[in-house]
Amino acid sequence: MDTVVSVSHFRKTYGSFVAVDDISFNVQRGEIFGLLGPNGAGKTSTLETLEGIRHSDGGSLEVLGIDPVREPGRLKDVIGVQLQTSGLPGNMKVGEAMRFFCAYHRVTPRMDLIERMGLTEKEDTQYQQLSTGQQRRLALALSVSHQPSLLILDEPTAGLDVNSRSELHDMMLELRKSGTAILLATHDMAEAEKLADRVSVLLGGRVVANGSPRELTTAGSGLTKISIRTEGSIFERKQVKFPAVSQQLFKDDYAIFYSKHPGTSVPALLRYIERQKDTLIDLRVERPSLEERFLEITTPGGGRK
Amino acid sequence: MNAFINHFTFEFKSGLRNANQLMMNYLFPLAFYAMMGLIMTKINPGFTQVLIPSMVVFATMASTVLGLPNPLVELREAGVFRSYKINGIPAVSILVIPVLSTIFHTLIVAAIITFTAGPLFGGVEPQDVPVFILITLLVTFNFGAIGALIGVISANTRATVLWSQLLFLPSMLIGGLMIPISMLPPSAQPLAALLPSSHAMQAYLGLAYRQQTAFDPTISVGVLSVSLVLTFGLAIYLFNWDSKNKTHHGHPLMALLALAPYIAAIFLV
Repeated sequence: MDTVVSVSHFRKTYGSFVAVDDISFNVQRGEIFGLLGPNGAGKTSTLETLEGIRHSDGGSLEVLGIDPVREPGRLKDVIGVQLQTSGLPGNMKVGEAMRFFCAYHRVTPRMDLIERMGLTEKEDTQYQQLSTGQQRRLALALSVSHQPSLLILDEPTAGLDVNSRSELHDMMLELRKSGTAILLATHDMAEAEKLADRVSVLLGGRVVANGSPRELTTAGSGLTKISIRTEGSIFERKQVKFPAVSQQLFKDDYAIFYSKHPGTSVPALLRYIERQKDTLIDLRVERPSLEERFLEITTPGGGRK
Repeated sequence: MNAFINHFTFEFKSGLRNANQLMMNYLFPLAFYAMMGLIMTKINPGFTQVLIPSMVVFATMASTVLGLPNPLVELREAGVFRSYKINGIPAVSILVIPVLSTIFHTLIVAAIITFTAGPLFGGVEPQDVPVFILITLLVTFNFGAIGALIGVISANTRATVLWSQLLFLPSMLIGGLMIPISMLPPSAQPLAALLPSSHAMQAYLGLAYRQQTAFDPTISVGVLSVSLVLTFGLAIYLFNWDSKNKTHHGHPLMALLALAPYIAAIFLV
């Protein structure tokens, strides 16, 4: 696999504040790489330095052999960036925006992308009159109009409805299939879990975990979540110890058990319901999600309430 | 070239689409011109002598000093310049193209004033038309550079209003637009020499209208020319594509260097 992005021991400071402290990762061609972390974790500083709009205070960064700090001018043809904020003048029309950016990238305007994004009817509509979803779709169309090798997406689906979100996800997967490397910064763990091949979790400017979403979730406490709802709510009335269960709580009519060995715990729980002459309404056995693992990593106490 | 044409076309259309810019580029200067033509020429018939140059300078100040800085600040605040930079749009284009499109609007208004002032209000036409055109270009470019510099150094839109009015209001009072500079008290004349509008009026009246002037009009042309180069150079140097960017060149107070040719003019005129 070809390496598209290589970040090694990168450090970024603002005065005495250390925003990013010695982080390293790389992104391969045809891969979606998730950069996760709470606000202030250093995601945006890292992305902006890769985009060539911030200086580095240590370490090295490379995008397809280009140093974004020293040669930012060479980056524009190899990266596409969908910014978190608007990035377009409010009175610029959809068609104008496509012609405008394509002219600066010296490529033919990609009106096919406008169509692909379902914006053909909005071609003469000003950016400020578009819905949030339409603005995001336009931003994505503009960011890929010059067929960049690396696409940087900062919270691409923030504020979108379910349909728009799903459409954008499909587009990202299509782009990955065509060989585009995607660097995705997001707060949305479900999105990262669904799309990312690998992720790095940033906290306080440092990488605290990395790997594939599956690797991260299995590397956690290894506890499986068992949620049970019964007619008589027997688990709420009386707390009983069950084999392999390390923690139990009651939330929204469900008794929730965290078990190291669900194969042992589930039959024991079912036997207990039968003995108590209660009736099972719902039973769910879930492996820990990336969100739970993220909370475990980033929140003191593991984030489980 | 294609990129330049696209960018220029968009900025030019913006000057018409954006209500504030439309107001400053066309509605405000033309309404003021109509009012001055109807009222001032009746109160003071001598005003017909200066109606065209003073209204051209007024229209230029309205579109550049009052109209140009705000959109620059708003686009920077909205992260648009950041997006432009990522897409490889050079800082020079980000500044030069809005200035050029504003100047284009100003020249349209200047042409409307020049062609209608005579038939409508008895405004006296310039004696030397080519010189009048050259001075108009110099004046509009100079004020365009000033508008760009105000937009670059203003931290927010409130600051643009402050800086713009600091130049606009004295220009209206002692900048030779309403009252000839020669009629100002001697103590106010050096202050008038600090204002670009004074030099613009002296250049028009002395060279295009061949009238007696308070300042040497060739010196005024020199001051405006040096000011144009210096002011635009400072605007490019101090340009910051993002208000969060702390690594930009120079301190905004460096913009005060743009006053240098005008301070020199106090001793030269």
